[in-house]
Amino acid sequence: MAAEAIVIPKPQDSPAARILRFVAKAPVHLILMALGALWLVPTAGLFITSILPASELASSGWWKIFAHPSTATWSNYNALFHNHGLLTALKTTAYIAVGNTLIVVIIGALAGYALAWLEFPGRDWVLVGIIGLLVVPLQMALIPMFKLYDQFGLFDTILGIILFHVAFGLPFAIFLLRNFFVGLPKDILESARIDGASEVTIFVRLILPLGLPAIASLAIFQFLWTWNDLIVALTFGQNTQPITVWIFGQLREFGTSIDVIAPASFISLVIPLAVFFAFQRYFVQGLLAGSVK
Amino acid sequence: MAEGSITAEPPVAAAPPASADPGRFGRYATGAFFLAPALFVLAVWMVYPVVYTIIRSFFGQQGYLGTWVGFANYSRLFHESTLRTAIKNNAIWVAVVPAFVTAVGLLFAVLTERVRWSVAFKTVVFLPMAISAFATGVTWRIMYQQDPNVGAINALGKSISGVFSPAGVLSSAAPSTGIVVPNHGGLILKTPLKPGGVALLGLTAIPPEQVPAGAQQAATPAPKPADIVGTVWRDFKPGGGVPGKVESQEQGLPGVTVQLQQNGKTVQSTRSNADGSFDFTNVPPGTYNAGVGASTFAKPFGGYGWLGPSLITPSLLIAYIWIWAGFAMVVIAAGLSAMPRDVLEAARTDGASEWQVFRRVTVPLLAPVLSVVFITMVINVLKVFDIVLALAPESTQQNANVIALAMWRTAFGGVNDFGTGSAIAVFLFVLVIPVLALNIRRFKREA
Repeated sequence: MAAEAIVIPKPQDSPAARILRFVAKAPVHLILMALGALWLVPTAGLFITSILPASELASSGWWKIFAHPSTATWSNYNALFHNHGLLTALKTTAYIAVGNTLIVVIIGALAGYALAWLEFPGRDWVLVGIIGLLVVPLQMALIPMFKLYDQFGLFDTILGIILFHVAFGLPFAIFLLRNFFVGLPKDILESARIDGASEVTIFVRLILPLGLPAIASLAIFQFLWTWNDLIVALTFGQNTQPITVWIFGQLREFGTSIDVIAPASFISLVIPLAVFFAFQRYFVQGLLAGSVK
Repeated sequence: MAEGSITAEPPVAAAPPASADPGRFGRYATGAFFLAPALFVLAVWMVYPVVYTIIRSFFGQQGYLGTWVGFANYSRLFHESTLRTAIKNNAIWVAVVPAFVTAVGLLFAVLTERVRWSVAFKTVVFLPMAISAFATGVTWRIMYQQDPNVGAINALGKSISGVFSPAGVLSSAAPSTGIVVPNHGGLILKTPLKPGGVALLGLTAIPPEQVPAGAQQAATPAPKPADIVGTVWRDFKPGGGVPGKVESQEQGLPGVTVQLQQNGKTVQSTRSNADGSFDFTNVPPGTYNAGVGASTFAKPFGGYGWLGPSLITPSLLIAYIWIWAGFAMVVIAAGLSAMPRDVLEAARTDGASEWQVFRRVTVPLLAPVLSVVFITMVINVLKVFDIVLALAPESTQQNANVIALAMWRTAFGGVNDFGTGSAIAVFLFVLVIPVLALNIRRFKREA
């Protein structure tokens, strides 16, 4: 049915043909507009909910704002920006996301380079092992790491949460970067080696700049994953709470604290959205490299 | 080359020139230098835990290593009701989500292919991918609220059902005297009536705000020889009154559907006036009963319990498909744009219809991409966790349970049963092993 809707006459330039073409495509346009609206409504609903006072939300739906625009208020947000718990949670989230991203990019790029361009015995076995680790569910590591963190004082620390994320981000990072590095022009690297450049120099001066598109994709993925994480922080943190865990703590009183939950949720998704819009191209590239390869 | 963009360590300016062949040891050393940090992290945070968890799954509940229990933890997986619910739910997830996401992604990719503003559409559909599953859960929980005044989906349901089965004038009311009795959802006056008779239909238990607008003082109808007349009114006088009698300060109920029945069949139907009075005109001789039609008492649409025990999993599936459709669309669209155009054109010139081209050429050529999307979604769905925690209310968490969540609850949800928790984790791991093997095989084929 969908495919039939796109029957389009061969592009011709007479006005009649153009009108015909437009009419033939009208159903597709309408369907897409309806679907687009469907995809926007929930997020729009969250935002509008977040700017309505609690008294309003108890009795009427967020869409009534279109009838009474004056009910909108920033007071929920004002209250949140004076909420010490939320501000701390935001800071914690930022530390975790940025810290993890930096470490994964650095360690991942080093390993990706080694697996792509260094000749050493057993290289392919290491690579196969890393590909095997790609799909390991993180549930497999929760209990042993809980024990280990307890012994080494990493429990309830930002570093502990970051390192756990690093480990589970690395297989994908190495896989993505290795695949990208392998495709870099071989002669540039060879000539650098002949010129006597050390591997470290080649890595820093050639690989990192040339690999920037893949590194950017990876960095965005890592940032979003850790920013959006719940389970790792919930398991290894107690007072170290990123924003998802903080909101989770309010969830028990969903009905009565909706004026806190909705704006906090919206704040939590504004930063990933900004990152996504700023680096959309790299995001999609990384997605394709990671899945279609 | 751009300098200092992302530097892992300071550029080594005075590095000694590498010899042409560093030798076997030298190669090991360089490889190790670059790989060491990654291998250390992977060994400590992934390899060791996998081994530990597998061993731990054969030991008893408490502490870091309890007593040997063999497969007892695994048998609990299939005998404990909460774990069985989790496995059953996850089976539903696997059966529904990957297929739907792939189909929706394919549909969107094909639809957007020749539309100019496809970028805008794709961006909108892709947005949820950037948002946490947790925030999505909160977002949809707002959408799913049961009260149609608060939850958008039930509000939509209410306005649709309002067209097909509108709510009655009075949704709650009861007879004020024993001679008015329930009858097929409506009410009927037991006393038989003949032409010239008067029907008094007194109702109580109507909250003041439910009295229909425009209600006036109830009128006592005057009998007419060929008609059956009557009043339907709110038989409640502040400060007390006589039930079954129209008194001052008692309001008529306008807009009520009143029916005249003979042998159980409705012969005449009319609506009451502002003072509650009604009039069945020109009634042929015979015996009749007067009553209030069932439609008057039709309850307004109360909303479906999207977050209730029976619908919670379908609700979660919808929200999850909403998140991942954009992923499938983008990956499939990339596959679509890489497709050889001449093959499609050749099929079209050979007279294939657009549907045939889609079925016989596009889909088979896309099969590798579709399977990648499908498999990715199977993995994602097996590990689903956050959205359940965020979307399902406390009361239906158990009904919405999934394997990854069951693992977490068992190990960290207060009971701290590390034995069974490990067994659940291993079970989850075993489920993803086919994909793990597939990945390795695909890599080896490429290498």
